Amino acid sequence: MVKVALIDGPDSLTGSEVASRSLRKIVWTRLRRDKLAMVCLFILIALYLIAIFAPVICGLLGVDPYSFDKESISDSGGGPVGTWGGISTEHPLGVEWGTGRDIFAQLLYGLRISLLIATTATILTVFFGTVLGIISGYAGGKTDAVIGRTMDLILAFPFLLIILAMSGVLTQRLTALGVPDGNPSRITYLIIVLSIFGWPYLARIVRGQVLSVREREFVEASIAMGASRYRILFKEILPNLWAPILVYATLTLPTYVGTEAALSFLGVGVLPPDTSFGGMLGNSVSYFSVVPSYLFIPGVVLVVLVVTFNLVGDAVRDALDPRAGRV
Amino acid sequence: MNESQEPALRVTDLRTYFPVRSKGLFPKTVGQVKAVDGVSFSVQPGQTLGLVGESGCGKSTTGRSVLRLIERTSGRIEFDGLDVTEMSSREMVPIRRKAAMIFQDPYNALNPRHTVGAIIGAPFAVQGVKPPGGVRKAVQELMERVGLNPEHYNRYPAEFSGGQRQRIGIARAVALKPKFIVCDEPVSALDVSIQAQVINLLRDLQDDFGIAYLFIAHDLAVVRQIAHHVAVMYLGQVMELATREDLYSRPLHPYTHALLSAIPIPDPRAQRQREHIMLSGDLPSPAAPPSGCVFHTRCFQAQDICAVEKPEIIEFEPGHKVACHFPIVEFLGTAPITGLDPGLTKQTGAAGEDRGSNDLIREIGTDYGAAPNTPIDPGPAIWR
Ligand SMILES: Nc1ncnc2c1ncn2[C@@H]1O[C@H](COP(=O)(O)OP(=O)(O)OP(=O)(O)O)[C@@H](O)[C@H]1O
Ligand code: SF4
Ligand SMILES: [Mg+2]
Repeated sequence: MVKVALIDGPDSLTGSEVASRSLRKIVWTRLRRDKLAMVCLFILIALYLIAIFAPVICGLLGVDPYSFDKESISDSGGGPVGTWGGISTEHPLGVEWGTGRDIFAQLLYGLRISLLIATTATILTVFFGTVLGIISGYAGGKTDAVIGRTMDLILAFPFLLIILAMSGVLTQRLTALGVPDGNPSRITYLIIVLSIFGWPYLARIVRGQVLSVREREFVEASIAMGASRYRILFKEILPNLWAPILVYATLTLPTYVGTEAALSFLGVGVLPPDTSFGGMLGNSVSYFSVVPSYLFIPGVVLVVLVVTFNLVGDAVRDALDPRAGRV
Repeated sequence: MNESQEPALRVTDLRTYFPVRSKGLFPKTVGQVKAVDGVSFSVQPGQTLGLVGESGCGKSTTGRSVLRLIERTSGRIEFDGLDVTEMSSREMVPIRRKAAMIFQDPYNALNPRHTVGAIIGAPFAVQGVKPPGGVRKAVQELMERVGLNPEHYNRYPAEFSGGQRQRIGIARAVALKPKFIVCDEPVSALDVSIQAQVINLLRDLQDDFGIAYLFIAHDLAVVRQIAHHVAVMYLGQVMELATREDLYSRPLHPYTHALLSAIPIPDPRAQRQREHIMLSGDLPSPAAPPSGCVFHTRCFQAQDICAVEKPEIIEFEPGHKVACHFPIVEFLGTAPITGLDPGLTKQTGAAGEDRGSNDLIREIGTDYGAAPNTPIDPGPAIWR
């Protein structure tokens, strides 16, 4: 057997550094260098932890979002007693006008519901958008046409009108299907409509990417080996789409928080005594001139959520770029 | 080598046309690009057929059609005596173990999201082959065999240079010990210094495993280093097919002469003295190939008949095929080979001829390019 020289002239790579690195590790290493991204990631994780452990935190602070506190509001008109919307040791962020419910607790429980809806809807959107986009882009022909026209149809729908008009009927239908009545049905409804109207946007992006990735020769190499269609779609092509998909997801999630807030504001969202960001913002508008903090508190958290998600999305995209410098 | 052996690859009258569609709401097929138009050749086990021609002449399309990566229009393809022309993509799966491909662009041919280990191991995974000692061991042996550090198993393609990536692609192609490999310009994208290393590697692997190559290149200098036989393509058709020795020392086709005269000679004096055959005009579009001989619009030997009658490819000498009405025969000027009106015969040696003088022919006939690294046994005639 003829041994081939290991030396490739100027072409060779020093064999000293030998590391076993997965893609995830490489991305993580790059991400860790990005200070801003790390701060944002930390904030996001904190927000999720706060949402998940909202009952525990509220329990520790002795507040809850449901009980009325007549002491903290004035008898005449129901405005919060004290400055800054009734901020006190008992109510760290003040109380709600008219009921005296604790705003801090409402914020935590609202975050919980908003993130639940937005996260679940994002996962579904990404799943369907990715799968249908890949199939559409790779298969071409009739399949592409059918998926493409479906997307056009959905995108052409007057989305808001449909959601508002159908909410009563479809929530009842969900209840009939066994989803508990009331807020569980309404939350499920929101998740479903957000996903249905959301996936075509991602599917279009993914389809466009697939059209270019499938022309790369490694796809042909895979066909030449005898690879199955499943392998080509999900093992060869999909890993090259993570960057746009992740970026889209990180942009979509905060958008869904906002959309959910808008829908709640319009009366399709969760019903009191439960609340979400939308519900809080909706309530607070009437009292803005008197207690601006009631609007600002959920508003600021919403802005923080959107900005941090976007920044993390950008950083992840940069870290995923295979052309970026070697780690 | 055994004459009665089945060729590793036999291609008979292969045609691959691409439809040309009109633009608009209801696209209609308005024509065809005859990318490959009636090509026949075979490659013996353990040998290399070089396929040479200008950009766009249908070399890649030939290679891809042979591997059934694009649908051919007509013709027959046999692997190792087995007709694969009509096989479904499912039936092709086990057959693909026998045939592999090496690509021109080492940056595009490797999935940037897969480690080298996953890339070279993919044929095992796809074909369900379990090598003794495990896939990882097999892959690391392959890496060592092609001159890569086996410890770089977990690296990504972006961490390698062009030459190293081509080695990765080669390791992947030979992983399952195929009977033949289509090499589509495997060195064209590499530095000249690295080209020779990669070609040597391909030759060593051929010697070790008895792999047959269909080696595509756009210049004759590269093919000379590896091919046992050479086919010269122009606009989807084979113009000349010969052993390497015959093709380089006694080319018959005017187009081959033109290609050979473009190879630089290391000796600057000889280089200066040698006459260059510049082809006039542009490469015609394969969507509207010229009538008669497809080369007649640029041929310095062309006569009236060339625009009318297509020269069939014939065996001009034993083992030397050519498709031309007036092949250039050394020292003899041109000889008419079909039953043509003798009046059409052009006397290249005659005075007053601007091109194609005897001097030119002699010069062309003597030496093109540097001598190959090692002599290659041309082997038996591969065509019938
Ligand atoms: N998928 C396709 N659809 C339509 N036309 C095509 C397609 N692929 C190739 N062609 C055309 O067929 C002809 C031959 O192309 P091919 O890629 O085989 O040439 P080539 O000899 O490999 O050239 P190069 O040296 O540039 O790689 C070209 O005119 C090209 O434009
Ligand atoms: S047939 Fe005529 S045009 Fe064609 S290559 Fe021969 S001489 Fe030239
Ligand atoms: Mg090509």
